[in-house]
Amino acid sequence: MNLGEISDTLVWGAATAYTIAMIAFATDLSRATDALGQRKAQERTAPKAATVSVSTPSSGAAAPGSAVGVIEGRRASKALGIAMATMWAGFLIHLVAVVLRGLAAGRVPWANMYEFWLTGTLVAAGLFLVLQLRRDVRFLGVIVSFIVVTFLMIAITALHVEADGVQPALRSYWLVIHVGVAVGATGVFTVAFAMSVLQLLRDSRDNGSTLLHGEGTVVRGRNVAAWKVMNWRFLDTIPTPVALEALSFRINAVGFVLWTFTIIGGAIWADGAWGRPWGWDPKEVWSFVVWVVYAAYLHARTTRGWSGRRAAYFVLVGYGCVLFNFTAVNILFSGLHSYSGVDRPTI
Amino acid sequence: MSTPPNPPERDRSYHPEGIDDAFSGDPARTSATAETAESTGPGGTAGAPQLPQLGGAGMLRFAWRQLTSMRVALMLLMLLAVAAVPGSVFPQRGQSPAAVAQYMLDNPTLGSWLDRLGFFDVYASVWFSAIYILLFISLVGCILPRVRAHFHALRAAPPRTPRRFGRFPARGGYTVAADEVSPDDVTAAAEAHLRGRLRWLPRFRVVPATESSGARVVSAERGYLRETGNLVFHISLLGLLISFGAGQLLEYRGQAIVTEGRGFANSVVDYDTFESGALFQEDSLEPFSMTLDSFESVFRITDAKAQDFTANVTVRETDGTSRSAEIKVNHPLSQSGAKIYLQGNGFAPDVIVRDAAGEIAFAGPVPFLPEDDVYTSQGVIKVPDVSTGEQIGLVGFFLPTAEITPEGARSIFPDPINPALVLSVYHGDLGLDDGVPQNVYQLETDGMTQSVEEDGSPVTLVVGRGETVDLPDGLGTLEFAELPRFVALDLRHDPSLVWTLVFALGALAGVSVSLFTPRRRVWVRASVQDDTDGPRTVVEVAGLARGDDLGLQGEVDALLAHLPGYEVPGTPDPSPLEPRPSMQEPERPTDEPR
Repeated sequence: MNLGEISDTLVWGAATAYTIAMIAFATDLSRATDALGQRKAQERTAPKAATVSVSTPSSGAAAPGSAVGVIEGRRASKALGIAMATMWAGFLIHLVAVVLRGLAAGRVPWANMYEFWLTGTLVAAGLFLVLQLRRDVRFLGVIVSFIVVTFLMIAITALHVEADGVQPALRSYWLVIHVGVAVGATGVFTVAFAMSVLQLLRDSRDNGSTLLHGEGTVVRGRNVAAWKVMNWRFLDTIPTPVALEALSFRINAVGFVLWTFTIIGGAIWADGAWGRPWGWDPKEVWSFVVWVVYAAYLHARTTRGWSGRRAAYFVLVGYGCVLFNFTAVNILFSGLHSYSGVDRPTI
Repeated sequence: MSTPPNPPERDRSYHPEGIDDAFSGDPARTSATAETAESTGPGGTAGAPQLPQLGGAGMLRFAWRQLTSMRVALMLLMLLAVAAVPGSVFPQRGQSPAAVAQYMLDNPTLGSWLDRLGFFDVYASVWFSAIYILLFISLVGCILPRVRAHFHALRAAPPRTPRRFGRFPARGGYTVAADEVSPDDVTAAAEAHLRGRLRWLPRFRVVPATESSGARVVSAERGYLRETGNLVFHISLLGLLISFGAGQLLEYRGQAIVTEGRGFANSVVDYDTFESGALFQEDSLEPFSMTLDSFESVFRITDAKAQDFTANVTVRETDGTSRSAEIKVNHPLSQSGAKIYLQGNGFAPDVIVRDAAGEIAFAGPVPFLPEDDVYTSQGVIKVPDVSTGEQIGLVGFFLPTAEITPEGARSIFPDPINPALVLSVYHGDLGLDDGVPQNVYQLETDGMTQSVEEDGSPVTLVVGRGETVDLPDGLGTLEFAELPRFVALDLRHDPSLVWTLVFALGALAGVSVSLFTPRRRVWVRASVQDDTDGPRTVVEVAGLARGDDLGLQGEVDALLAHLPGYEVPGTPDPSPLEPRPSMQEPERPTDEPR
């Protein structure tokens, strides 16, 4: 078994750990609702009831009532403990897998589509865990672990290529900088996206969405579809839309700066490699679209009538463009950025 | 001491009636904003829509105000994103003219309409240009007033201290015996702390004052760089657009195919193709010349993947001195303000064709253009100058490592291990003498006849390196003598590039500073009030931030900790190093110019 194969095995291990974490996060959220009612009753009798942090390696710093916590301190839930522990375990296995991949290939581990996703999901999981060290964002766990598992599984099953060196065109320190920052930005956008999705869901529930109260779809007072997937009560346990919006903005702002740098670094590299800083290659077009959509988001936030809900839609569109840029653009369009290592389907 | 100001009634609303980033209770400011809000026209928050009574000038002013409003800028940004997409879906003339031609052949009707609407040249189309030009006009209209306003704000003192601190999102305070700590001690300490240690780079701009009641106050403001960064970002974008435009006008770019041992001079006639901007002048080309000494390529033996390409060249400068240099992929050669890129490479078999009389009719290297990873290369040898008989045309493939089977020949490796030319032979009129320009890589066979075997199948010549074969039909002989490499060089000169880089970095710096610099105002009031225990100094501190600022309460707490006589409250925070829980107002939405 060489290093590359060990790395692949570890990726499966990390995906397994993340899946366990996802299930545990979901279990916790479904129980959190019941506990919410109980705790409110307790708080009425004992307003300053002691709040205990969960004893996982990560959450030592989870202060009661942290910045975005609307609940005064999460109780010590067994499911949450398992979730955070397996999330950390998954992250560490994932990290080793990425490092081994880099060693096997003898370069930075982000030179083809498989490695881009492998490292991008690592950044997303890592950012979630780092944020968690500073404030309680465990409510994001389900959605972040879901995205990470999904992309990791697609990567290892559909996009996997053997660890290998790169062609001369990629042999440049800009591979480290430009692609590395792009991977980072993608991970950052992922976490912000999760934040905005929850913001919209919570906002809809607060505003009386019947679907998000488990009462099916109601059109003009008539219940047209009585689907009741879940009762969505967990949404009451996550922070308010305002708090989520503020946090999503802060993360997206980091992502936007990283993305700006990705584009500038790419232009400098393109000038050195292809003889022009900008040439509207499909990848460049979509990087531009991503940049403009997030720029529009930053402007929408400060425009009357566009802040809040509508601004959050920009995050969804922007993240959609990010994903499109790293999936469809590699596969559908031929361009100078055709380094995916995945054979393009012949049309 | 301080409670997180997160009242439940605010949680549900995105548009809290909060504290504006302005002097509280300044009547002039309040009425001004109300006026702006109403005058931004339809769709605003003003009551029932009314058609404005506008003359010509009023109409223009209305249009200008609309264009420079944030809402229209937002629309234009969204349009720009949407308008950019077709350029990735349809082939573009600038990138792949051949793909456009193919698309037009495949879809004649749709293609001609798309062409008329500019979909094959999206980024130079009328509609794309219209969007970004409007966007940049909007941007100029927005930032000009803001530059002026910021210029004044930079020289203005922080706002005076509000009378009441009760409504501010971050607060703190304490009392201490007046004979221990006087109000002057408090304000002096506050000033020192807020200014910070660096005298030349104060953290806060600080103005102490005394109110009519006798209370000592300090008002302080930080984060002027937030708006500076914002303006630098937008101005840089403008500069980026201008330098791109200037580059289009001033640049020139030439391509040349050079075989080993040969060279080219930097003059328009020496390039195979040459493009230049409208303001380019031919005499601005620096007359240096360059020779390709050798070209090396490295391929991995296991899977034929390219590992490295190096072109070794000698450059003869304009002053007659010469130097050796190396050009690699990703490492262009800088010469006379231009950059020379290694864009392609291949083989140029050196062939000698003797005609029926035995005279040398053609001798020299002929570039064969590679078509795949194993360098299956296509090329044409045209022999017009025969001393006797018909002109000769040879068309076919060069295979660096030929594997010849009864089914045919193919290349299996890009290095020249077993090089071979596989050619068809034509004779007749090459069509070079009628003055119509021809592609050197294509053979016009209209006036020519293909040589065939006795059974009628076309003749295929297979020639290895160093071999000489007889041409069919008694046309003469063909010798494959040497195998030099060729490189495709691309020279580009764009004097605006350095400005493009400067503005791009300016935009990056500007947006970073603007997004991550908190804009905060802090006020301190210290007054003496009589109490049962005697006179006591009452200290109040308030903080206000523009936009979301999770660190505002921390700022207030840090200030309090540096004031004399302040005691940290008995119930310590479980983790005082963490950002304190505090939710600020979202940045107040405006429809004013950016």
